[in-house]
Amino acid sequence: MTAIAVAAVAVYLIVLWMALFLFGGRTIDNAFPEALQQTVNALSIGAIYALIALGYTMVYGIIELINFAHGDIFMLGAFMSVVFIGGITGHNEAVTDIPLLIILLLGALLFSMPIIGLLNAGIERAVYRPLRHAPRLAPLITAVGVSFILQNVALTIAGSGDRKAPQIFPLEWQIPVGGAQISILSIFIFLLSMVLMIALQTFVSRTRLGRAMRATAQDQEASALMGVDANQTIALTFMIGGVLAAAAGVVWGLRFGFVRFDLGFNSGLKAFTAAVLGGIGNITGAVLGGFIIGFIENFSAALGYSRWSEFLVFVILTLVLIFRPTGILGQAAGDRA
Amino acid sequence: MTATTAVPPAAGRFRSPRARLQAYAIRHRSATIVVSMALITVAMIILPQVPPLSLIQRQSSWFDTFANAGVFILLAMGLNVVVGLAGLLDLGYAAFFAIGAYTYAYSNSPFSQQDLPFLPMLVVGAAVAAVFGIALGAPTLRLRGDYLAIMTLGFGEIVPIVFLNLDKWTEGTNGIGGIFRPEPLPIIGEFSALSPFAYYILMVGIVTVAMILLYRMQDSRIGRAWNAIREDELAAAANGINTVTTKLLAFAIGATTAGFAGVFNASKLTIVSPEQFLFAVSFSVLAMVILGGMGNIWGVAAGAFIVYLIQVVVLKGLNSMVEGLGIPVLDKINFVDYQYLLFGLALVFMMLLRPEGLFPSQRRRRELHIADELAGPIDEPGVIGALGEAPGSADEFGEAAGEDVPGRDR
Repeated sequence: MTAIAVAAVAVYLIVLWMALFLFGGRTIDNAFPEALQQTVNALSIGAIYALIALGYTMVYGIIELINFAHGDIFMLGAFMSVVFIGGITGHNEAVTDIPLLIILLLGALLFSMPIIGLLNAGIERAVYRPLRHAPRLAPLITAVGVSFILQNVALTIAGSGDRKAPQIFPLEWQIPVGGAQISILSIFIFLLSMVLMIALQTFVSRTRLGRAMRATAQDQEASALMGVDANQTIALTFMIGGVLAAAAGVVWGLRFGFVRFDLGFNSGLKAFTAAVLGGIGNITGAVLGGFIIGFIENFSAALGYSRWSEFLVFVILTLVLIFRPTGILGQAAGDRA
Repeated sequence: MTATTAVPPAAGRFRSPRARLQAYAIRHRSATIVVSMALITVAMIILPQVPPLSLIQRQSSWFDTFANAGVFILLAMGLNVVVGLAGLLDLGYAAFFAIGAYTYAYSNSPFSQQDLPFLPMLVVGAAVAAVFGIALGAPTLRLRGDYLAIMTLGFGEIVPIVFLNLDKWTEGTNGIGGIFRPEPLPIIGEFSALSPFAYYILMVGIVTVAMILLYRMQDSRIGRAWNAIREDELAAAANGINTVTTKLLAFAIGATTAGFAGVFNASKLTIVSPEQFLFAVSFSVLAMVILGGMGNIWGVAAGAFIVYLIQVVVLKGLNSMVEGLGIPVLDKINFVDYQYLLFGLALVFMMLLRPEGLFPSQRRRRELHIADELAGPIDEPGVIGALGEAPGSADEFGEAAGEDVPGRDR
């Protein structure tokens, strides 16, 4: 598994290197460091999409709802991090003192994750649960409504422009490798999301609650008869989705240095595509899909077509849905009606 | 006559005048639409001249408002075919609106150096939108409904981005401006920015024709097929309905209607640009359909009219009213900024409390509440007792029973 992932990243590196040389007008020598830097960036942006995609895939897996509001949950997570770092602790510049930086980062995560997790579970309790047995259209439309409410709450409070997110992680911390400057922040983002994903995987596969989640996703009635509290399990799923999205929001702010009320719309669409690409309902698939989308976006940006990245992602979504609606890792039984 | 079977069987000599009127309206639907639209048209010519409305804006501004509202009525009626009749969620409806508008912009602007006649272009624009609708729908409608929602959401997001990015062909952010106004038509006169009367009358005509066609479609074999698919797709397929073609037809008709609206809107605004077609438009139209009452054509039209008036007249009016009062906190609030928050809340609360909308279609109402009806008696304590020591409680068993509710999915 790890070997395949490393090989895939290496292949991407080489492909990007060649692409930069052939189409990007770089020489073969200065294309390599750039490709290396971009690959690390791709890993960090892919990690962010993967964290968001997990929330989509878990919710879809358990109640078959496309939670349109999930992207906005991520956006609120990013705002919460800004509130904590910039607002509460008052740090707006890079922090080079390592212990302090660790405390601030942990603080931002521990501040944002529970709030957003509870918010997501609260939304589920308030609006999705009453509609769980309504015709399919009802919860979907509600999710769209919730998405708009969250966006407009953020718009009302924070205004329509970009708000600066404090980049407390020093961007100039870089490791020189063969002429390339590898950003430590990107590595940090990648490692942090790996830790969260492994924790999630362990939780889902090893613990009692995780088993309850899998059981409820497979067959809600049967698991209810076995004593699994479906409501509690579904609420837990929303909460975990929210927690992961909040973590993605925190690192987004560090990486890009801004937050905006409509951040969740585009990122949400991309993360959803990631979830579908990997096979919706499949946790490993969502991670895989997130990284693939991250690589694709990075590739188009590296070659100077970043404004077409949304278009590209949409084309991929279309192709996946037409030719392999179950996604890369989805089961063949699938969701065709 | 198949149409007469629609009259309630209880009808007899003792019917109230209202019931008789209703029965008449169902039997002669097209005539009813023409007559009521004519009455509404006249009312909307007279009403702006008398106090409450005349205080807000001039008569010609009201015509302008009404003509614009007509665009949204068309959009809502078109989306209603997709969402209300066929039960598919289309979240990128503004894309088809955009395609219709850009088609007209290409046929009638200094940018493309074309000046094609308006009325034929109305049909062409709609046809182009329909082609895109089919192209998007054909692959996705085979999948289940949720995927359609996300695909249309993506499509609605992409179309403005493409218009924005292809600046060589679309003038990017600026959009295509200076679109020629339609040539004067007999009777209704000249189209101009100063006297929107012609636009208003033309819009009334388009809405009337669209409404008649949509009602006839709803009452036809296709309409019944849509009902069947929405309520239980599997059963519909088992009864010989080609579900993909039928859904595709709904999708194409929705796109066509949006195309009409797009051409009209482009000719009226004389400019098209990507930011006219963002997700907020799709969202507003969806809110109109939900508020009006999914599946009820005139209800949806009324919903669109009301929502549009709230958007452009009521919220602005509220602003100037509050400013006049001089209350410290309130006069800083710009109510227009809160419109989408308002619609979001309205959408969620409608879904929770009254999913059938303000003017429900009878059929839709039963469908949306059938879960309550079935789950109701099971929640009674006596039945739960029979379950013995089953883990969980009333809730879960109610849910299990709810699973088999028709129309829940597929």
